[in-house]
Amino acid sequence: MKRGSHTVSLQKEKHTSFYGNMADVGKTPVARNEKTNSEFGYVGIDAILEQMRRKAMKQGFEFNIMVVGQSGLGKSTLMNTLFKSKVSRRSLMTSEEERIPKTIEIKSISHDIEEKGVRMKLTVIDTPGFGDQINNENCWQPIMKFINVQYEQYLQEEINIERKKRIPDSRVHCCIYFIPPTGHCLRPIDIEFMRHLSKVVNIVPVIAKADTLTLEERDFFKQKIREDLRANEIDIYPQKEFDEDAEDRIINEKIREMIPFAVVGSDQEYQVNGKRLLGRKTRWGTVEVENTAHCEFAYLRDLLIRTHMQNIKDITSSIHYEMYRVRRLNENNTQPNGQQAIHANGVPEHEVLSHEM
Amino acid sequence: MGRKPFLPEYWLARWQTCLNNGRGSGEGARGVPLSGHVGFDSMPDQLVNKSVNHGFCFNILCVGETGLGKSTLMDTLFNTKFEGEPTQHNQPGVQLKSNTYELQESNVRLKLTVVNTVGFGDQINKEDSYKSIVEFIDTQFEAYLQEELKIKRTLHSYHDTRIHACLYFIAPTGHSLKSLDLVTMKKLDSKVNIIPIIAKSDAISKSELTKFKIKITSELVSNGVQIYQFPTDDETVAEINSTMNGHLPFAVVGSTEEVKIGNKMVRARQYPWGTVQVENENHCDFVKLREMLIRVNMEDLREQTHTRHYELYRRCKLEEMGFKDTDPDSKPFSLQETYEAKRNEFMGELQKKEEEMRQMFVQRVKEKEAELKEAEKELHEKFDRLKKLHQDEKKKLEDKKKSLDDELNGFKQKKTAAELLQAQTQQAGSSATLKKDKERKK
Repeated sequence: MKRGSHTVSLQKEKHTSFYGNMADVGKTPVARNEKTNSEFGYVGIDAILEQMRRKAMKQGFEFNIMVVGQSGLGKSTLMNTLFKSKVSRRSLMTSEEERIPKTIEIKSISHDIEEKGVRMKLTVIDTPGFGDQINNENCWQPIMKFINVQYEQYLQEEINIERKKRIPDSRVHCCIYFIPPTGHCLRPIDIEFMRHLSKVVNIVPVIAKADTLTLEERDFFKQKIREDLRANEIDIYPQKEFDEDAEDRIINEKIREMIPFAVVGSDQEYQVNGKRLLGRKTRWGTVEVENTAHCEFAYLRDLLIRTHMQNIKDITSSIHYEMYRVRRLNENNTQPNGQQAIHANGVPEHEVLSHEM
Repeated sequence: MGRKPFLPEYWLARWQTCLNNGRGSGEGARGVPLSGHVGFDSMPDQLVNKSVNHGFCFNILCVGETGLGKSTLMDTLFNTKFEGEPTQHNQPGVQLKSNTYELQESNVRLKLTVVNTVGFGDQINKEDSYKSIVEFIDTQFEAYLQEELKIKRTLHSYHDTRIHACLYFIAPTGHSLKSLDLVTMKKLDSKVNIIPIIAKSDAISKSELTKFKIKITSELVSNGVQIYQFPTDDETVAEINSTMNGHLPFAVVGSTEEVKIGNKMVRARQYPWGTVQVENENHCDFVKLREMLIRVNMEDLREQTHTRHYELYRRCKLEEMGFKDTDPDSKPFSLQETYEAKRNEFMGELQKKEEEMRQMFVQRVKEKEAELKEAEKELHEKFDRLKKLHQDEKKKLEDKKKSLDDELNGFKQKKTAAELLQAQTQQAGSSATLKKDKERKK
């Protein structure tokens, strides 16, 4: 705790309210701004930051990330690269599972990872079978249902009379969507999926296996993708409307200009220039994963983990989850006789409310 | 959920495959080692940054008799002069006066709310003193509960007014707790974190103080009053917290005046026989209080308020309204909608009562109006009757008068006739006498 010339400035005295024996209770005081009154001495209010940090370290963090994309796009490898360990489903699979499923399955695996005293429970949710069938209509539905089920679980715990101190958070914080590197534009399945899911979860689209595109092709592809997203009114993370202040906006604008990130994943290390780096070795050269001149993996990692992880979680809990809650509570009020209701997202209610029956 | 112990990857993978034979989804979590720097160790920083941007809020309730130096202590704790003059002793009941201030130190913005009990302990009959305090605390919980149960809610920007810490000011009698103190603290201990402090402790000598503290703690224990214990589960602060737990209740002295000691200006109270320095740990426990309340445990106080006291209130309130945790096959959200329904019902009842009262009022007015109309009608009738009577009388009188006049006239006539006759007779008589006289003469 540093002591220095800290001044405690009394910025404003707000509304004084009286609560008598029966008086007007429940009025929250309102702030007004006036003169500043700086006094001597150090009170120690800023010690609360340290207290918060201590509490956070003790509690640990939770993060749930979902990967969606056709098989063969390098989803598992990317997860392993992001979290520098074997967190993906494939690392745990037995050989009998090495087949493309007939329907979309949703598999989630949790890991406890720790770095410099910070503990995190990371859950990777994989969606094998997405986009792999001949007829991929409504392929987004099982995923949407899964996300809503997580919201539902959280909601149920929240409205319990006796509820846990810390409600276990299984809500999907971030969904990484893998776009195959065709180089042209988004395919209908991509647009369909992102259009439906951007309303309920934070979507971060990435161009998978970007080492098959040259830099010009990559830029052109990105531009086309952005155009397509705009044309279909798909709001991907970071969403414009949730920028909190000017500072946020500047940072997020920069990110929005770079999305989707063109990534390459690898969990193999090679010797490059005397250093051991993660990369993909080919006959014509080695693609360095963490080299920003080669691919944008580092930007993705920084966005997801080092700078915006808390923000991603906040948007999930205070916006997506709240929207789900509002929808859910309104439905319950207006459909008391158990009529079949169609969700705003098109999924019939009886599928979503999988719990009660 | 049980976290599995940290195992080398090799064992882990084998064990996991055995466990998950054929199953892909894992229930519990496994620990994996990282082969490089991932970067999520910045999460606490991200969290802290977000909180800094948002600002913090902290609410303190000061309970104690008038004149124990509550406002002065707040001023001293937060190094500022909060507004307000000392309260009088003639309050009819206990009122709670709440002030909110925005303080800032380096980059931390704190919205501090200080709630004072005005008139506590001043009444002759203090039986109900604790009630307004309990009501106030419950109201803040209720407001938060309402917000939490709303359909469209804004919890993250909600100004939390729940009381995080209650400083209970004990008068420095030197003997023991007053019964008012015991009763009040007993009522408050399940609703708020109580930190008892001995106010104006410069009135007690050191030896008396130790005895006083022991007496107070034993009285609190024997009466089952649960005061706030500084948490000892985190190793970084366990030691200092447990030491401080032994120093409760803190004996404090507050002062905003500065006195020159040596070559420094310190906050102190100056007496002819010496100066009590507020920040001198040998003189009083002010520094301990500030350390515990603000610098070490502010966050824990807030957390306890939310996870223990608020949850208890919420549980009791919802159970009171007749909810139970639903079984799997009963309707979900019966809590939400029935709470709303009950509330609407209550509001409906209120409205109905209001309607009823209004109806009754209207009814009464009508009745009164009818009555008045009746009376008016009666009066009119009476008036008419009297008028008629009067007219009759008048007529009668006129008749009488007429007959009288007639009589009078008749009489007058008779009178004039009589007079005429008399005159005639007189003349005849006189002429007759004259004639007689003449005859005699012949």
